[in-house]
Amino acid sequence: MFGIHDIWIILAYVLCILSAILCVVYGIVNWNKGADLEPNELAEESDWSKNESEIEDKL
Amino acid sequence: MLGSIIAIIVYLFVVTFLGYLGFKHTKTSADYLVGGRQIHPMIMALSYGATFISTSAIVGFGGAAGTLGMGLLWLTVLNILFGIFIAFVVFGKRTRRMGHNLDAHTFPELLGNRFNSKFIQGFAGVVIFLFMPIYTAAVLKGGADFIQTHFGISYEVSLLFFAAVVAVYVWMGGMKGVMYTDAFQGAIMFIGMAFLIIFVYNKLGGVSSAHEQLAELYNKPEIQEQTAGLIKGGFRGWTSMPASGSPIWWSLVTTIVMGVGIGVLAQPPLVVRFMTVKSNRELNRAVVSGGVFILMMTGVAFVVGSLSNVLFFNETGKVAILAAGGNDKIIPMFIKQFVPSWFGVIFFLALIAAAMSTLSSQFHSMGTAVGRDVYEKALGKKGNSIFITRTGILLAILLSVILAYLANKLDSSMQIIATGTALFFGLCAASFLPGYIAALYVKKISTKAVIIGMITGFVIGVIWIFFIHEKEASSLQLCIALFNKTSIVKDTAMAKLALVDPIVVALPASAIVTFIGALTTKNTLSENHLDKCFKGI
Repeated sequence: MFGIHDIWIILAYVLCILSAILCVVYGIVNWNKGADLEPNELAEESDWSKNESEIEDKL
Repeated sequence: MLGSIIAIIVYLFVVTFLGYLGFKHTKTSADYLVGGRQIHPMIMALSYGATFISTSAIVGFGGAAGTLGMGLLWLTVLNILFGIFIAFVVFGKRTRRMGHNLDAHTFPELLGNRFNSKFIQGFAGVVIFLFMPIYTAAVLKGGADFIQTHFGISYEVSLLFFAAVVAVYVWMGGMKGVMYTDAFQGAIMFIGMAFLIIFVYNKLGGVSSAHEQLAELYNKPEIQEQTAGLIKGGFRGWTSMPASGSPIWWSLVTTIVMGVGIGVLAQPPLVVRFMTVKSNRELNRAVVSGGVFILMMTGVAFVVGSLSNVLFFNETGKVAILAAGGNDKIIPMFIKQFVPSWFGVIFFLALIAAAMSTLSSQFHSMGTAVGRDVYEKALGKKGNSIFITRTGILLAILLSVILAYLANKLDSSMQIIATGTALFFGLCAASFLPGYIAALYVKKISTKAVIIGMITGFVIGVIWIFFIHEKEASSLQLCIALFNKTSIVKDTAMAKLALVDPIVVALPASAIVTFIGALTTKNTLSENHLDKCFKGI
């Protein structure tokens, strides 16, 4: 297969490509998922910014 | 030559401009450290990829593939599965959330705040500051090797020039600049590597034909003669795995594939990246470009590194490592000798971009480790965080340049860049990975269990590196100085252990000790604190 005769190298060659495909498929399937926490996140961003200001004041 | 110089000047102008933008927007300590948290997923993925991949991967590990063959593709498999899929999907989401909950700005700070321990933060900061320069030196060496070969100037001048450019850029920009510049550099890298794989397969008559030629090359009598030393160590050709249990098999499987493949999960600069995105959606989206990016970087480098033997042999009658004059010179020499000069310029920029992005993240990690984690938090000192961080970066640059200078004096047939990289990745995995996983997934684990696990992994890792694993111990010289041999187990009944990479022993030891600690010690962290850590998880 692909001009390679060692099964372990063929496996690695194929798995590299399959792993990348897995990433692409996973990313596309979940493309819009995970954004529902946005309101919480926004509140947190604001807390984080406050802390940032505190750190700034300390400095 | 003129084309190369003009292209480099344009490139430097763009990265300096992006660095300047970062500098202009760097207003506060927190801003400098994590570059804000509003980062586009494409920028994040390209930046993550560019941080992950460097001259170490392309020149160092690509060169290792030139010597050891396509078995390195197992590292690509692990890089994608662990470094992208598991890192983003499994660890990334919790890391981002916990980082936000705890207002963490660095990897040591995430662990320290999670376990409410200044010791953990300080200890992790010290490990990063002391040992990351070895990895940084490996990346610097990859860049300097390429500049040396491309322009025909001395290694020392190449190294100084390269380090100076990176230093100015990091000094000006901080993380914000780094993030955008990394993405720009990631794009250059992608285009460069895509051209390279098409060019090489095309030159050798297609995918199967290229691999067939590489397989047949090994059977030629003159090649058997040239690789006699490697064959003795277990080498069986570039399209075969080394003989099981042979020294080369141990080196390939435990040091290169496992050390780097697993070690990436506990890499400080990469963990920080997760805290810089807005939501899990951005992480999901980043998996797409991340997986493809890593395949195009490491997969291409390892295939091309292996196939370079066919082209070198056809041209010079020698295998790559002999024709190039050293393992780490294979890829630079291959580019100089075989690809059209216009492409050589693009590839040169891709490599310099790869090195710059990784180096700037490394210098940043070391600077924050000493400035924020050790000085501010662990020692409880008050002071100008930005000043201390930048001083830490300057010290880290100096130390790394000295190590990169010394690394060039080692035996050039060794995979110096790959070994240096694997050393740091393995040590990070042994010291931090069990604690990091526990931080994210085991709510009730005690701080003591994590501390003892970290110390165990670190101590065993260091002892193994300096005194047992011959490949590293012989280069570091301490074992020779104290015991007059390259490994303390050499010429004993346990001599085989000298082939085993530290990660194989130190990581399980650290995990077991952490587990036993979890069973035997009681969690003393308050419910309030734990609720804060795991809010939204």
